[in-house]
Amino acid sequence: MSRLNETNTKLAREIISRYPRPKSALIPLLHISQEQNGYITREAMQHLGELVGVTSAEVYGTATFYEMFKFEPVGKYLINICGTMSCALMGAHELMQHAEKKLGVKAGGTTPDGVFTLAHAECQAACTEAPTLQVNYRYRLRVTPADFDKLVDDLKDGKLGDEIPQHGVLAKVRQVIAPEREVGAKAPEDVNDAPAWLDGKAAL
Amino acid sequence: MSKTYSHAPGFVAGDRPKIVTSRFEYSDSFTLERYLATDGYKGLRAALKRPAGEIHEDVKGATVLGRGGAGFPAGTKWGLMPRQVWPRYLVVNGDESEPGTYKDRLLMERDPHQLIEGCLIACYAAGLSQCFLYIRGEMALAQERVATALNEAYLAGYVGKNILGSKFSVDIILHWGAGAYVVGEETALIESLEGNRGMPRLKPPFFPAANGLYGQPTIVNNVETLANLPWLMVNGVAAYTAIGTKTSPGTRMVAVSGHVKRPGVYEIINGTTTFRDLIFGEEFCGGIRDGKSLKAFVPGGGSAPWFTPDQLDLPFEASRVGPEGSMLGSGAVMVMDETTDIPAAALTLTHFFAHESCGKCTPCREGGTWLERILRRVVDGEGTEADLQQLLEVGAMICPGDFPHAANKKLGLGAVPFPYEMTTICFVGPSAFAPVHSALTLFREEFESRVKKRVTIPVTAVGVSA
Repeated sequence: MSRLNETNTKLAREIISRYPRPKSALIPLLHISQEQNGYITREAMQHLGELVGVTSAEVYGTATFYEMFKFEPVGKYLINICGTMSCALMGAHELMQHAEKKLGVKAGGTTPDGVFTLAHAECQAACTEAPTLQVNYRYRLRVTPADFDKLVDDLKDGKLGDEIPQHGVLAKVRQVIAPEREVGAKAPEDVNDAPAWLDGKAAL
Repeated sequence: MSKTYSHAPGFVAGDRPKIVTSRFEYSDSFTLERYLATDGYKGLRAALKRPAGEIHEDVKGATVLGRGGAGFPAGTKWGLMPRQVWPRYLVVNGDESEPGTYKDRLLMERDPHQLIEGCLIACYAAGLSQCFLYIRGEMALAQERVATALNEAYLAGYVGKNILGSKFSVDIILHWGAGAYVVGEETALIESLEGNRGMPRLKPPFFPAANGLYGQPTIVNNVETLANLPWLMVNGVAAYTAIGTKTSPGTRMVAVSGHVKRPGVYEIINGTTTFRDLIFGEEFCGGIRDGKSLKAFVPGGGSAPWFTPDQLDLPFEASRVGPEGSMLGSGAVMVMDETTDIPAAALTLTHFFAHESCGKCTPCREGGTWLERILRRVVDGEGTEADLQQLLEVGAMICPGDFPHAANKKLGLGAVPFPYEMTTICFVGPSAFAPVHSALTLFREEFESRVKKRVTIPVTAVGVSA
């Protein structure tokens, strides 16, 4: 069940075809796998290895380098509170303490009902709006303890379903390239000439 | 005067020339419709009418500086590719994650077509036959906006085969990361794009322009750098260099965060705007919050050595800031007021870099963690005098020799110019030391008062029961 389903396998093949070398598609494919299952499983890594032509160990090697990939289930909502300098200067530590109390778990933990995982995060690129957090990588800015409580309650009540999908879902829009518009990727060894628009005479 | 928009939280507009943020006032700035109604794709149309080499000359002539951190001129970078080696690639660095920095995220969320047009101009000028647009994994909205824009642009004939009916054909492939600061380093970005662990490659001998993605000539440019190109094509080199100074022309986006009255991302005039303008100016941050005074600031992102009020009058000009002991980096100023606990503030940054070390180079992998653990001990009041010396010694393993720092009149200190010597491939290791070194050099008494109360225990004895 953790292999990519039929729709996602088709999508994976389409994404792979856009790169000169299949392995380049690995990180996007790992995201699709995480979107399907909520985290990255052994079977999924086996399948992705088959799709891009590397061993599952190589897939594991790549996947474990990146913070966003999880290898065991996390809550439906992953709340990442930024603790880097600008947020720290504006009360990130206090926000984390409040969050731990509100959710009843320490940073890194998941609530017993499996709804929330709370985590420390590094700079989220919203430094002027500190302190910040992301829920499943959707921003909340200038977060006060009251804002945090409301956010948690709203998520519990399902009020933010449209805005914040479950963990694993990143962009809700995917790139689509119509075949008639696509130039198409070629392996580097299959390209020997200057691009057509340079008319061969360029001094490049 | 200054204006903010609810649809672009963080951005503050002003009555200054706008090169990259001109559409931020529109709530629908990310749509193709708005883009076309505001001179969109006009720069591309103008470029396609001229030979590629001329466009490259324009970018060189305008001295469009790289906005990612190193400040290397884009036109010169493009010129470093070996002649007649094909294919060549463009990799767009949208993996913005330097502490304090965000401008690329706003540019991708608010004006994705401008970035796409910039990519197209670069590909056309430098003969790059495929473009990979690498967006930081955690930026879900930016990924959505760029995907939507690319889909629109493909359908409308701006991207893909025979662009606008010409011989120019290029695919722009949206790629997204999965959380790793070091991937913002260009060779690590290439490794990541090849599907590997994002560890930097040794350079020299080979820079990406000669040997990059799949071993081919590859240009890695920052999002903001490329976003400058459409304006440059429409308005010309003279209009571009008329803004800012000769060595730092145009504008740049700067995020000012921390203890100021109005934190925000500002598009400022390059080369002439000073830190004093930015932190205290009415059209910018309006001074320190709650009537407090300025204690210190980080001038160029978490990796940069710190400045104190002594350096406020320095302009945004690399050739001035470097000799004074720091760097402009990625356009991020973090401001600390008099209430700031300096060792604790430094710890947040050292923790960041220790956490983000990829593990390839031992001095960074081990040293970063040592720095963090020793500093944490000091911050927690468990440190000793010997710990302060140990911090400097561990730092010297990463950066031998004098580490850059600012001058300070009160302390009778002269500046040590940027940059530093380093024992690591990339800047993550030295960056872990930068905040520790600056804090210890400029605010040593704050460390001493924390460790004084304790008896000095030789470092070798730590962990051995008394």
